[in-house]
Amino acid sequence: MSEKKRSKHIIIPCSGIGKALGTITRRATYIVTEELLPNDTDSICLPLLTIEDEETVQKIRQNPCITVDGCVAQCAQKNVAHHRGKLQGSIKILDVIKENPKLKPGNVLDIGPDGEKLARKAAEKVLKIVGDKT
Amino acid sequence: MVSRVATRRILEYRDDVVTICLPLFLAGGQEERDFAKNNPCITVDGCDKMCASKGVEMYGKVHPKSSIVISEIIKKEKHSRPKSKSRIEPEDENLVQETMKIINEEVDKVKEKE
Repeated sequence: MSEKKRSKHIIIPCSGIGKALGTITRRATYIVTEELLPNDTDSICLPLLTIEDEETVQKIRQNPCITVDGCVAQCAQKNVAHHRGKLQGSIKILDVIKENPKLKPGNVLDIGPDGEKLARKAAEKVLKIVGDKT
Repeated sequence: MVSRVATRRILEYRDDVVTICLPLFLAGGQEERDFAKNNPCITVDGCDKMCASKGVEMYGKVHPKSSIVISEIIKKEKHSRPKSKSRIEPEDENLVQETMKIINEEVDKVKEKE
């Protein structure tokens, strides 16, 4: 008897290299996929989607996706939308910063303790979307 | 993480290089897509899927001037594979330094040819 493969939420950070916010998106993603919900979530490399890797395109079309973007360019969300992925939610780190104005992240290479706190708050938002959709 | 950290560190002490977020080739406008066409590019890829190198070719319609692949450096120089995706551990520092040295050399070579 075959068991239908359970779909996982795919968390996709922009991983921007220009600002600390890009690093925070990566950290938030790993907090979810490696610490909080390792059995229910997975991630992809956004550049694989950008170069239209077939396996990656199929993955975002077959699984619910949550994007985590660092800046207004919203590369993660736009790349998923462009490839007609199942976009179920989008987190913007700029919103998380607006909600937590006292937290000041460090830099791209070291987001610092406040950056880590912002990443955890972004991860909580991801969890809420995963919870709402399952 | 190694490609990311090595690239950023190079940017912090060389004032003749810039970087771009690869996904911006698709998410951005023509200006971003022309970036690769109008500037000599050195790509730094983590694995042999070589997204950065392929992205420059796909969106910039040019070959990168040089393509650096971290997994090849690991194999060639017998470095251990980094364990963390979120941070550079002390045992990864040699690999980061080696990658920075290679990026620096490649930038110098490209500048000499200009």
